[in-house]
Amino acid sequence: MNFAFTEDQLLIQDAARGWLGEFAGPAHARKVMATKEGYDPALWQQAVALGWTGLIVPETQGGLGLGFVELAILMEEMGRALYPSPFEATVALAANALTALGAERYLEAIAAGDITATLAAGNAIGEVTATPVDGGYRLDGLLRHVPDGARADLVLVAATLDGRTALFAIEGEVAGLTRTGLATMDQTRRPAELRFEGVALPAAALIAADAGRALALALDRAAVALAAHAVGAAEKCLEMTVDYTKGRVQFGRPVASFQAVKHQCADMALAVETSRSAAYWAACVADDCGHNGDGTALALAASGAKSWAGRAYFDCAATAIQLHGGVGFTWEYDVHLYFKNARALEAVLGDGAHHRERVAHLIGLDDLAEAAQ
Amino acid sequence: MKLSFSAEDEAFRAEISGWMADHLTGPFARLKNRGGPGDEHAFFEERRAWERHMGKAGWIGVGWPTSAGGRGAPLSHQVIFYEEYARAGGPGRVGHIGEGLAGPTIVAFGSEDQKRRFLPGILSGDDLWCQGYSEPNAGSDLANVRTRARLVGDRWVIDGQKVWTSLAHVSDWCFVIARTEDGSSGHRGLSYLLVPMNQKGITVRPIQQMTGTSEFNEVFFDGAETAAENIVGKPGEGWKVAMGTLAFERGASTLGQQMAFRNQLDEIIAIAKANGRAKDPVMRQRLAEAWIGLQIMRANALRMLSQAGNPELPREAYVSKLYWATWHRDLGKLAMDVLGPEADVFPGEPGTYELTALQQLFLFTRSDTIYAGTNEIQRNIIAERALGMPREARA
Ligand SMILES: Cc1cc2nc3c(=O)[nH]c(=O)nc-3n(C[C@H](O)[C@H](O)[C@H](O)COP(=O)(O)OP(=O)(O)OC[C@H]3O[C@@H](n4cnc5c(N)ncnc54)[C@H](O)[C@@H]3O)c2cc1C
Repeated sequence: MNFAFTEDQLLIQDAARGWLGEFAGPAHARKVMATKEGYDPALWQQAVALGWTGLIVPETQGGLGLGFVELAILMEEMGRALYPSPFEATVALAANALTALGAERYLEAIAAGDITATLAAGNAIGEVTATPVDGGYRLDGLLRHVPDGARADLVLVAATLDGRTALFAIEGEVAGLTRTGLATMDQTRRPAELRFEGVALPAAALIAADAGRALALALDRAAVALAAHAVGAAEKCLEMTVDYTKGRVQFGRPVASFQAVKHQCADMALAVETSRSAAYWAACVADDCGHNGDGTALALAASGAKSWAGRAYFDCAATAIQLHGGVGFTWEYDVHLYFKNARALEAVLGDGAHHRERVAHLIGLDDLAEAAQ
Repeated sequence: MKLSFSAEDEAFRAEISGWMADHLTGPFARLKNRGGPGDEHAFFEERRAWERHMGKAGWIGVGWPTSAGGRGAPLSHQVIFYEEYARAGGPGRVGHIGEGLAGPTIVAFGSEDQKRRFLPGILSGDDLWCQGYSEPNAGSDLANVRTRARLVGDRWVIDGQKVWTSLAHVSDWCFVIARTEDGSSGHRGLSYLLVPMNQKGITVRPIQQMTGTSEFNEVFFDGAETAAENIVGKPGEGWKVAMGTLAFERGASTLGQQMAFRNQLDEIIAIAKANGRAKDPVMRQRLAEAWIGLQIMRANALRMLSQAGNPELPREAYVSKLYWATWHRDLGKLAMDVLGPEADVFPGEPGTYELTALQQLFLFTRSDTIYAGTNEIQRNIIAERALGMPREARA
C-alpha cells in the first residue's frame, strides 16, 4: 500500500504536462473547435509518437502495457489543457473495451496510431439490435451521443443479439449507417448520432457474442478516466481564478484579499483535492480488479469518483466565472470553455444522480429483507 | 501507486483483529463502541483500565519510532491497526491526546531527558494528557494567549486561564502555551510547558456542553508550578512547537476516526432499511453521497499519509480537516433525517437527558467544525498557505 505516484508515474505526468502545456492548451482548443474535424491530426500524430495511444495496450500488441493509474494521469493532464483529440474515444473507450475482452484485433493499429476508434455501448443513448442473417448480421437502431461517432475510423458498437450484448466492429463507412456529428455548446467534444438501417456486417465483424460483463467493466474504467479529466480541468479553473483575483485590484486591494473570494477558492481546492483522491482511488481499484475480477468494488469506486469529480468540476468552473466578474462572461477568456465542458462531462457516462443511485443499490439499500431480521 | 495490502500486511491484520477479539471481552466487553465523541463520560475508569491493557500489549504508539518506545510500524500497518481497532468496536481512547499530540510533539521537539521522563507513561496508558491552548481571548486568534509563566529559581510559575480544555478534569498532565516574555505579543515570547495537573495552583471547572455532558473545562492557573526543565524547545519557541502539535492532528489516527464514522454510517443505513426510508429516492441519494464521501475521506488520508516524507505539506493535507469535519457534521443531520420525528426521542422520563448515540452524533458534530481550527480558519489557511492568496489584515 503506497498511495503516491512512482518515479515512472511522475515522469509520465511531467512529460504530459509539459507537452500539453506547450502545444495543446486552450489556445489550441479554440483553433480546432471552429473546424468540422474538431482536432488537429498532425498534432495527434505527435501524441501517438509519445506512446499515448498504446498506453493501456499490452506490450505483445505494440503498446506500453500500463494501467489505469497511468491512464488517469494522462486524462488529468488533458483535462487541464482541455485538449480536443481522439484520445478519450480511442484509448479510454475503445482500447479499454478491447483489452477488457482480451481482443486480438485492432489494438495494434490503435497503438500505432494507424486508426482512431470509438465505443458505442452503454455510454450512448439508444439501442441497436443485431439479427443473424446469411453469413453475417444485420444491425438496426439509433444511438445518440456516441463520442467521436462521426469521425472515428473504427466504431465498436454494442448490439443486442439473442438477448445478450454483443460487440461488433465497423470499419469506416458502410451502407445503411448514417453518422451525423452533433453541433454542441461544448465544442471540445464531438458526439454524433449513429443511425443503423439494415447495416449488413460479415460474420468476422463480431468481436464478442457475450460482451456484457467486459463492457460494464470497460465503462466503469472509462468513468474513472473521465473523473480524472474533471480533476485536471477543475484544478485549472482554480488556478485561473487565483491568478486572476490576485492581479485584479478593486477598492485599492487585490480582490483575492477579500475573504469572500478566498473562501470560495478554498472550497474549490477542497473540491479538487477530494476529487483527485477519488479518481486515483478508483484507478487503483481498476488496476487491482484486472480484466477478470469481481467488478463490484470497481463499480462503487467508479460511480463514486465520476459523480463526485463531475460535480466538483462544474462547481469549480461556475465559481471561476463568478470570481472573474464580467470578463468571466466573455468569449475571450477561457473560463467558459471549461464551464461548458464541465456541463457536458457531468452527463457523459451517467450523471451524478444516476451514479449515486447505483451506489445506493450496491451498498445494499434494497436489501430490506435482511434489515427486517 | 497502489492501494491494496500485501500478504505481510494481512498477517498483521490477523494479529490485531485476533488480539481485539480475544481481549475486548469479559470486563471490557461492555466498552464496545462506547466512549466516542459526545460519549466521553461513559465507563471512564473501565476505559482507563483498557488503555493500560493496550499499553501492556504494546498497542499504544504503534506508529511511533522504536527509539521512542513505539512499534515503528509502517504506514500500512498503522492503517490496518486503526481500521481493525474500530471494526472490532474498540472504545474511545482515553489516552488519545497523549498518544496523538503530546507524545509526537515530545518525540519531535523534546530533549532526551523529556523523552525518558514522559513517553513511557503515555505508552503504558498511565498518564493522560490535555491540551492547554485556548483562552477566553485566544480562540481562533491563538497567538493572543495571555497566560503568563515566570521562571522563579528552578520552577516555572504560571498564572492565567485556559478554556475549552478537553478532559482536563481527568488528566495528569497538560501542555500549556504561556507567555514567558514580559511585554511580548503575538506569536513571539511564547513557551510550551508541560504542567502536572494535580496541584493546588490549578482549578478545573467543568463546562456543560449542549449534549448535556461535560467533556471540556475551564482551567485556572493561580501560581501553578512546573519544573524548569519541563519546557519543550527553548523559551520563546512555543509557537513553533505548538504548530508542530497541530500538524500531528493530521496523523494516521484520523484513519481510526474514519472507521468510527463508518460504524456510524452503517448504523444509519441499517435504520433507513428498517424504517423504510431507504426506499425514498432523495434519502438514497444522500446515503450514497455520504458513503462515497467517506471512501474519499479514506483515500484522501492515505494520499496525505503516503506523502508524509515530503517537506512541503501537500494540498490534500490542507483540506483534510475542513473536509472530514463538514462531512461528519452532515452525517449527524442525515441521521436525524433518517429517523424522522423519532429522532427527537430518547428512552427515559421527560426531564431526564440521556441521549442516544445518534443524538450525541448530531449534537457533538456541531463542534467538529469549531475545534482544531474552525471551518472559516481552515479556509483562510487553505487560501493563504496552499493557494498563496494575500493574508488577512491583522489588527
Ligand atoms: C468540543 C470542543 C473541544 C475543545 N477542546 C479544546 C482543547 O482540548 N484544548 C484547547 O486548547 N482548545 C479546545 N477547544 C477550543 C477550540 O480550539 C476553539 O473553540 C476554536 O479554536 C475557536 O475559538 P473560539 O471558540 O474562541 O471562537 P472564535 O475564534 O471567537 O470564533 C467565532 C467565530 O468567528 C469566526 N472567526 C474567527 N476568526 C476569524 C477569521 N480570521 N476569519 C473568519 N472567521 C473568523 C470563527 O470561525 C467562528 O465561526 C475545544 C472546542 C470545542 C468546541
